[in-house]
Amino acid sequence: MKLHEYQAKGIFAEAGIPIPDSKLAGSVDEVVEAVESIGFPAAIKAQVHVGGRGKAGGIAIVSDVEEAREEADRILGMDLKGYTVNQVLVEQGVDFVDEYYVGVTMDRGEGKPVAMVSTKGGVNIEEVAAEDPDAIAQEHIDPAFGLHPYQARKAVYDAGVPAEYAREVSSILSTLYELYVDNDAADIEINPVMITADDDVIAADAVMNIDEDALFRHPDLAEMEEDSYQSDLERKAGEYGFDYVRLSGNVGIIGNGAGLVMTTLDLVDYYGGEPANFLDIGGGAKAERVTNALDMVFSDENVDAVVFNIFGGITRGDEVAKGINEALESFDEIPKKVVVRLAGTNAKEGMEILNTDLVEVEETLEEAVQRAVKNAKEVSQ
Amino acid sequence: MSIFVDDDTRVVVQGITGGEGKFHTQQMLEYGTNVVAGAVPGKGGQNVDGVPVYDTVDEAVEAEDATASVVFVPPAFAGDAIFEALDTDLDLVVAITEGIPTQDMAKVNKRLSEVDTRLLGPNCPGIITPGEAKLGILPGNIFESGNVGLVSRSGTLTYQVVSNLTDRGIGQTTAIGIGGDPIIGTSFIDALEAFEADTETDAVVMCGEIGGEDEEQAAKFIAEYMDTPVAGFIAGRTAPPGKRMGHAGAIVSGSGTGTADSKIDALNDAGVPVGDTPEEVADAIEDFL
Repeated sequence: MKLHEYQAKGIFAEAGIPIPDSKLAGSVDEVVEAVESIGFPAAIKAQVHVGGRGKAGGIAIVSDVEEAREEADRILGMDLKGYTVNQVLVEQGVDFVDEYYVGVTMDRGEGKPVAMVSTKGGVNIEEVAAEDPDAIAQEHIDPAFGLHPYQARKAVYDAGVPAEYAREVSSILSTLYELYVDNDAADIEINPVMITADDDVIAADAVMNIDEDALFRHPDLAEMEEDSYQSDLERKAGEYGFDYVRLSGNVGIIGNGAGLVMTTLDLVDYYGGEPANFLDIGGGAKAERVTNALDMVFSDENVDAVVFNIFGGITRGDEVAKGINEALESFDEIPKKVVVRLAGTNAKEGMEILNTDLVEVEETLEEAVQRAVKNAKEVSQ
Repeated sequence: MSIFVDDDTRVVVQGITGGEGKFHTQQMLEYGTNVVAGAVPGKGGQNVDGVPVYDTVDEAVEAEDATASVVFVPPAFAGDAIFEALDTDLDLVVAITEGIPTQDMAKVNKRLSEVDTRLLGPNCPGIITPGEAKLGILPGNIFESGNVGLVSRSGTLTYQVVSNLTDRGIGQTTAIGIGGDPIIGTSFIDALEAFEADTETDAVVMCGEIGGEDEEQAAKFIAEYMDTPVAGFIAGRTAPPGKRMGHAGAIVSGSGTGTADSKIDALNDAGVPVGDTPEEVADAIEDFL
């Protein structure tokens, strides 16, 4: 779960990390009010869950009220990579002489958290990591002990942070690690940490993503979760409790188990089709879940045909088949052709039960995918 | 032979009185697995399908000589349950639970480096040695005893590939689901190493997916240390960057690491044929045998 910059900065400020003077605003008048109290220059920053806001036009630096009004009017309500901007953070403009990167994340290869510092701040750190990995100093952290103060210092020295700022930057890194643990963050970073013309060290941006699996023990953070779905379909999937990703093709895909659904997508592509979505309905054969899944793909206007692939492990194929029949019988007219393939426990019984007036049936995954691709092509041509 | 589990494995089920724990205990017993005990705090003295329940794993191990545990404990308590299992003399802990907080697993990972116990999972379907023992939720009926080892990050994809093999009369020594989480106990390399050492495993299937670099590491291991032929499959070729495809670990990063292409290339470089379809994986295995 992603936090907005203003939410993360609130948490940072409470922990003692210096941040610029700022106010959240939801209207042009609120922006004007905010800049008048903060002063100029000021930054107006869109609060949406996308990276690269600046490049996409979601951040403006303004030097007077009129400009603030104009930019606020432009940014509020704009579409930023599929998200509508409803709130902006109005922030005191900072005159800086240098920018650093400080962050903590999980190194999945090592199975340990890693603290990172770089003097190449203010740019995409993943690009720095790819082009010049030595520019990022790293310290792996033993979760039983936490980040030792010496490690925070070492990372800062190794990164080449000048001596006069080393103490403050390492203290920020130590605080970030504490916040990482206390909030079950997946990652937490400040990019950039700015060195101001007045020699202050200040967190100019803030990224904090929370491990969704740990939200049960952070009700305060769970409350901060805002609607961050890109489309109505993703919202619907969230309500139904499906793992769902929308893609750009026209073959709708329903299956069980992440690996097998991904494989079904890949096979659609392999046989010359284009997958419209990833939809994992998980375990269980309840008719309601089947109905909901079909509702999802049927209501995607891009979808021309559907492949429904279930490998019933412990789930019984006959029960899945009953679910599919019930679900499809509830439609007056089947809006899109559905190819079903059942395998695993009681699959044969399931295939026999399936109402072939409503669905097409194939025995293997490969055949089912090829048929659905063909069906989709017939509709789109 | 087989790896990690066989008919001598004596199993304690953690969370045996819960819905999943109860159901899958019945399934494991039906398959012929020696389920000798359950462990649930506060439920000591009860029994589930004739299996005695103890309050602690320690008691269960002591009383019933258990050698392995299967964890069906809900995610909020699963980290603690794994620690409890690791603090006994068990050889193997299989964690089925999905959704354990990652930082809990980082602590478990640290503990693992200090003990001899093997952890499989979490968020995995478990392990099966056909005809001998099944620890987890895999459907026993699709497996058949034979000479091919299988290791996979995903559950249902494992079933798919296994059925492609079994349909051709190709059986399995042991099949292992290592789990779809970012931090897991047993890695591809651990499983490959064990299959390489197993005299009855004549070929191995490795099913990977996008995210992380475990498949690339495994490819290096295969090139350097394995004589047993390996065929591969990688799921997620069509996954867009930055989107989590179901599994917490299945995500291609924005900077382009963890892609299917990178994994397929690494495996091909190690001499491992990678099938475009599950059928092609079975073809490759048939060619090896």
